[in-house]
Amino acid sequence: MATPVMDKAEATAKTDASPYITVTFRIRRFNPEVSEHAVWEDFPVEIDPKERVLDGLHKIKWDVDGTLTFRRSCAHGICGSDAMRINGKNRLACKTLIKDINPEKPITVEAIKGLTVLKDLVVDMEPFFQAYRDVMPFLVTKGNEPTRERLQSAEDRERFDDTTKCILCAACTSSCPVFWNDGQYFGPAAIVNAHRFIFDSRDDAGEQRLEILNDKDGVWRCRTTFNCTDACPRGIEVTKAIQEVKRALITRRF
Amino acid sequence: MSTDTTPAVGPVEGGHVHDVDNPAPLIEPPRKRTGRTPRSTRGNFEMAAWLFMRLSGVVLVVLVIGHLLIQLVLDGGVSKIGFAFVAGRWASPFWQVWDLLMLWLAMLHGANGLRTVINDYAERPTTRLWLKGLLYTATVFTILLGTLVIFTFDPNIR
Ligand code: HEM
Ligand code: SF4
Ligand code: FES
Repeated sequence: MATPVMDKAEATAKTDASPYITVTFRIRRFNPEVSEHAVWEDFPVEIDPKERVLDGLHKIKWDVDGTLTFRRSCAHGICGSDAMRINGKNRLACKTLIKDINPEKPITVEAIKGLTVLKDLVVDMEPFFQAYRDVMPFLVTKGNEPTRERLQSAEDRERFDDTTKCILCAACTSSCPVFWNDGQYFGPAAIVNAHRFIFDSRDDAGEQRLEILNDKDGVWRCRTTFNCTDACPRGIEVTKAIQEVKRALITRRF
Repeated sequence: MSTDTTPAVGPVEGGHVHDVDNPAPLIEPPRKRTGRTPRSTRGNFEMAAWLFMRLSGVVLVVLVIGHLLIQLVLDGGVSKIGFAFVAGRWASPFWQVWDLLMLWLAMLHGANGLRTVINDYAERPTTRLWLKGLLYTATVFTILLGTLVIFTFDPNIR
């Protein structure tokens, strides 16, 4: 593509040139109203490499094939609805720049694994949220309510800061090979969200949550594969959080 | 790499068999998680198993490396191993305990490791049941046989 030697004149000429390049999006399509098989479909897209995979999907949906189905809401990495498997790795389409994933080769886009595919890139998230609900992701307290706010020191807040960042995108859980097998493992996201309350000094249900994660399909099924940490678009140290829950279970100190 | 614009999704062999009123089965994950699964289990066998893997691993490092050194490296290597060598070692209770410990730890460690592998890879409950049945049978048999030999070993056998 680029010439190895580029003098000044050429460089200035380049700036007027179109920034657009043609990128092939290879998308795994599934439509139960057409076929029971999923098929790979190629879409050549004119796109600026500084744009994101989500922009490419928009171009396809809006200008080429309106039947392409995917979830997205905020488009800015906040809502967690557009986790997908891009070039074999779970990422948010709205946070993945084309230039960062080698646009010279076709970019493969498919649904996240381990959950029922409903259509194209849309999966049934219910089992994922069931595991989330199972760890009681809400504040539980004992005794009288304080008349003013529940105070917490900066150090106590820092203890679980990392796990407050989760946006429930399911990139981690659907990248975990233990989850892929039978879907019974609680999965990294549920454990991250349990961690967020277990290590919160204001919460009183840590023991209860630990007991839930001590289950046959709880933290002990984690094999320290680190896929979850690699997948997390928020940069949460997911595997570390799981290990901290394991340690708390053994020492009962948290 | 194909770059043509014609969509690849089309009638798959023999036209559309599925439509709005007759949709194809969805692409399912291996097994669904519902409000009722997984069933909670009492006790913490899984925690004990997890801890056992780490603790037995630490002890096994010493036992196995020591074992390999004595059997295969020091004092002439493999060529020295024979009935007399084994008889000589097992005359001492120290080596009897060493080998007994190594037998039990390695077998239980290996069996529990394979149990995890079966849990991770076998999808159907019947497959799991059979593989684990086979695993436990082989483990119990090997441990009992090994223990029997260590305790009843007779250097004067002929
Ligand atoms: C030499 C010292 C050893 C150490 C430090 C060690 C350590 C470990 C640890 C920590 C695990 C758990 C891995 C996990 O949970 O992800 C493991 C798994 C396993 N070990 Fe060992 N082990 C040793 C020797 C052995 C021996 C002698 C055997 C065979 C009899 C064995 C067979 C296995 C198997 C089959 C697994 C399961 C495989 C897996 O989890 O991927 N190990 N080992
Ligand atoms: S831990 Fe990270 S990857 Fe997992 S659901 Fe939360 S934000 Fe997504
Ligand atoms: S669309 Fe909201 S996180 Fe990507």
